[in-house]
Amino acid sequence: MSKISKDQVKHVADLARLAISEKEAEKYSEQLSAIIDFSEQLNELDTTNVEPTTHVLDMKNVMRADEPKDWISKEDALKNAPDQKDGQFRVPSILD
Amino acid sequence: MNFETIIGLEVHVELKTKSKIFSPSPNAFGDDPNSNVNPIDLGYPGVLPVLNEEAVNYAMTAAMALNCDIATDTKFDRKNYFYPDNPKAYQISQFDQPIGENGYIEIEVNGETKRIGITRLHLEEDAGKLTHGDDGYSLVDYNRQGTPLVEIVSEPDIRTPEEAYAYLEKLRNLIQFTGVSDVKMQEGSLRCDANISLRPYGQDEFGVKTELKNLNSFNFVQKGLEFEEKRQEKVLRQGGEMLQETRRYDEKTKETVLMRVKEGSDDYRYFPEPDLIPLYIDEDWKQRVREAIPELPDSRRHRYVHDLGLDEYDASVLTNTKEMSDFFEATIEHGADAKQATNWLMGDISAYMNKQQLELNELPITPEALTKMVDLIEEGTLSSKLAKKVVTELVQNGGDPEQIVKDKGLVQISDENQLREIITGILDNNEQSIEDYKNGKDKALGFLVGQVMKETKGQANPPMVNKIILEEMDKR
Amino acid sequence: MSVLDLSIKQLQEKLNNQDVTVTELVQAVYDRIRETDDEIQAFVTLNEENALNEAKALDEANSNDQLLPLFGMPIGIKDNIVTKGIRTTCSSQILSNLDDPLYDATVVQKLSEAKAINIGKLNMDEFAMGSSTENSSMQSTRNPWNTDYVPGGSSGGSAAAVAAGQVPFALGSDTGGSVRQPASYCGVVGMKPTYGRVSRFGLVAFASSLDQIGPLTRTVEDNARILEVIAGQDKMDSTSANVEVPNYSDALTGNVNGLKIAVPKEYFGDGVDENVQARVRQALSILEQQGATWEEVSLPHSEYAVATYYMIASSEASANLARFDGVRYGQRAENAEDMMDMFKKSRSEGFGEEVKRRIMLGTFALSSGYYDAYYKKAQQVRTLIKQDFDQIFENYDVVIGPTAPTTAFKVGDQIDDPLTMYANDIMTIPVNLAGVPGISVPCGFHPENDMPVGLQIIGKHFDEATVYKVAHAYEQATDHHKQQPQLGGAKS
Repeated sequence: MSKISKDQVKHVADLARLAISEKEAEKYSEQLSAIIDFSEQLNELDTTNVEPTTHVLDMKNVMRADEPKDWISKEDALKNAPDQKDGQFRVPSILD
Repeated sequence: MNFETIIGLEVHVELKTKSKIFSPSPNAFGDDPNSNVNPIDLGYPGVLPVLNEEAVNYAMTAAMALNCDIATDTKFDRKNYFYPDNPKAYQISQFDQPIGENGYIEIEVNGETKRIGITRLHLEEDAGKLTHGDDGYSLVDYNRQGTPLVEIVSEPDIRTPEEAYAYLEKLRNLIQFTGVSDVKMQEGSLRCDANISLRPYGQDEFGVKTELKNLNSFNFVQKGLEFEEKRQEKVLRQGGEMLQETRRYDEKTKETVLMRVKEGSDDYRYFPEPDLIPLYIDEDWKQRVREAIPELPDSRRHRYVHDLGLDEYDASVLTNTKEMSDFFEATIEHGADAKQATNWLMGDISAYMNKQQLELNELPITPEALTKMVDLIEEGTLSSKLAKKVVTELVQNGGDPEQIVKDKGLVQISDENQLREIITGILDNNEQSIEDYKNGKDKALGFLVGQVMKETKGQANPPMVNKIILEEMDKR
Repeated sequence: MSVLDLSIKQLQEKLNNQDVTVTELVQAVYDRIRETDDEIQAFVTLNEENALNEAKALDEANSNDQLLPLFGMPIGIKDNIVTKGIRTTCSSQILSNLDDPLYDATVVQKLSEAKAINIGKLNMDEFAMGSSTENSSMQSTRNPWNTDYVPGGSSGGSAAAVAAGQVPFALGSDTGGSVRQPASYCGVVGMKPTYGRVSRFGLVAFASSLDQIGPLTRTVEDNARILEVIAGQDKMDSTSANVEVPNYSDALTGNVNGLKIAVPKEYFGDGVDENVQARVRQALSILEQQGATWEEVSLPHSEYAVATYYMIASSEASANLARFDGVRYGQRAENAEDMMDMFKKSRSEGFGEEVKRRIMLGTFALSSGYYDAYYKKAQQVRTLIKQDFDQIFENYDVVIGPTAPTTAFKVGDQIDDPLTMYANDIMTIPVNLAGVPGISVPCGFHPENDMPVGLQIIGKHFDEATVYKVAHAYEQATDHHKQQPQLGGAKS
């Protein structure tokens, strides 16, 4: 019995914008379940009242002044575009 | 069964900092597509955000104007979703520690004051702009990406579409006075989504809500909500079930149109942004921002009534926009009479703005010029009637009122001898009118004044004309 | 002896005395790469034309430039560090066509200002996810000590290139051991500085709260010299710390008298090869002979580090790698039906297996209903792991143990089972979670397979100086760093 079902795997793949086949869904279901099982060991630890660490250094208020700067040209902005038109990036439309 | 309408509004306001919130690109509207972008805005591999301090100050300013509590500890979070206008596929936003909370604004509807709660105000980055073509492709311009944005979420305290309109007007008014945003809906610096649901009177739980999008003016917000109110009532009366829908307001048909039915809630996988350091906003910082906030409209209105002696209506019209109010105050500072200045601003100048669809700051007239014109009237150099010509010139072409009066020959004739000479001549040629006046026909006086005005091309000082005519007639 | 065997100090002397020109040095580097890289496969992109032009310019430059700390020094850059005008791929298909990422990483800019010469871009596990450099979509880099073995990873290209004498120095990145473990496997020196010590601006993010750039070199002294150049606060990276960068080379006194060493018993557990343990214990006795003392201690939450790491790193990665969507740069799949299809196809075709697996894991851990149980829980355990180190450092100067439980494994040996593969990182991961600096220095060879063993020295936040001091004292007492692999008979 897998912890993460194939349906869950498909939902997660959808959120992550990855196309996966039935076979891959099966494989991910097994592998992710194994990793999740492994991580269940963290529940051995009582973390009530333990602050989560997002930043390992204790810093506050890192900001910059409001000064505009030119950096790249419009041509460079589009330099690596897979597709472009009229100075804009072109993408396939959403299918309604 | 009668239904109660519950409305909540989500307003996005762009802040007009010089540079973007997390990158040094210029923050400007209306430039060539993709000309105000850099690798950070484009989400290039390896780039990192650095927070613009002024964006935080502006967000705090807006939150204070809306009476919010300002957070002491606040931070940014990643909101994950894929869309071509969202270059990192996450938006840097604020999830559980918004910069402002528990605010309110007061609106007036039908003469009654009502307080609308503000749940939260948070700071985030705007997305780029996606334009849908009809050829199966869409185009993306990232100029707007990274513009600092505040999202203002109201409590579900609004009960009618009219209140929604009043709330938006007031919100725009307040933010505009702080100067942190242009709050122009047509340029997208203010945007609004509305949530609306109905419930039977007396019921505590909220009904299923509809989210309204594509509301491009306050008017459409009200119209869309009015339509939706009726639509939902009809569904409920027929015993139907409301679905959680996102609907679009169609300006042509004046109806709301279904976009999609929401299943569950969106899964944005928020988590704290590891690339940005948390903020600690101490009292000093809060105080600094609070002190820098310009006087807000309620306070100005109060002052106009109590210190300057304007009536409530005039004071509220003058404080409708910051431009008008600032213009008015500048004329007062230059020494103009408050009532005169008010009359011209609310009269001829506003009429011209409405007719031409222009904002006050788009007109060449300056507070100095208006002050001078009012002064010319007061000292008798310019008649109120001729002043209308001067103000027309000022709103169209600007310039110095004294010069205009001279160039156009509009100087009022207040020289008594000159006027007496003209009047004597006119009386000589209108013996009948003198006779009529003496026989109690008051109208005759008006005719004689008219003749003087005609002769002087309207330049004669009316009170003096009156006085001299009467004196001269007495002599005869 | 080739010029490529010299240290920075020796090379600069030779340049100063005009025994060799920068151009000759750079030419020698490319000759060596051509001789050896068919076997090693360390470089994914060479910057030969630019490098030779820069070398020529330096040779013609005024003498003041020669005072710059890395004047004329050839360096290789891991391919997840952005280089303007030079293809930057992260060894991934999805970026294989990113020929100009438009800007230079801060470290690249600093190297360039110090007049170092960028030789080319080095292979890695795709997006730094892996411990063997087999997860590269470009090529599989081999260990110069025995090409049947992996060089470790994810900075396998950097470690192998230095070990093979192709470049004297390279930059890598370390999220869970990606500098130290390949340094250990390839018998070179690899430093993971304190989190916030080196700017991450231009390092393609894997796990933002763990990633650090670090140098790989043949000697501790060279390593210290490179870090001196690349370290420091950067206005473009909010997480870089406003802490002064000391002159690390000054710390290399050789004096460890009175130094207090903590040796965590958890780093000598069941999975740790006995011969590796023996090498490390011998290193401790060498330091002891020099006047240091050591005691066994406990870092009680070490066993939870791997699970903690995989939750945090994968979650952050799932967001960091979401920008690769085929819209602005990189690979876009052909024949997409609509926007959604374009996103899915581009990403599925562009990412390799391991990357997809971690994106899936991270997306799951952050998704609605699971966040508290997995992501937040892991962040809380991270606090406990950090506190373990805080406590130890109240009483000790450094923590010492093996860098990896084993020496390098054979190509193809470990890739199938993710959990076994992840377990490899058990002694490097806690260092990233705590944000402290750690170095791997060569510590002899395994008697059975003759592959290098690495000694890990861990220090306090921003105390790289002590870490370097200890590493240097140990290195100078041994001759491990003087050993060089024999490659295809081309060894000079």
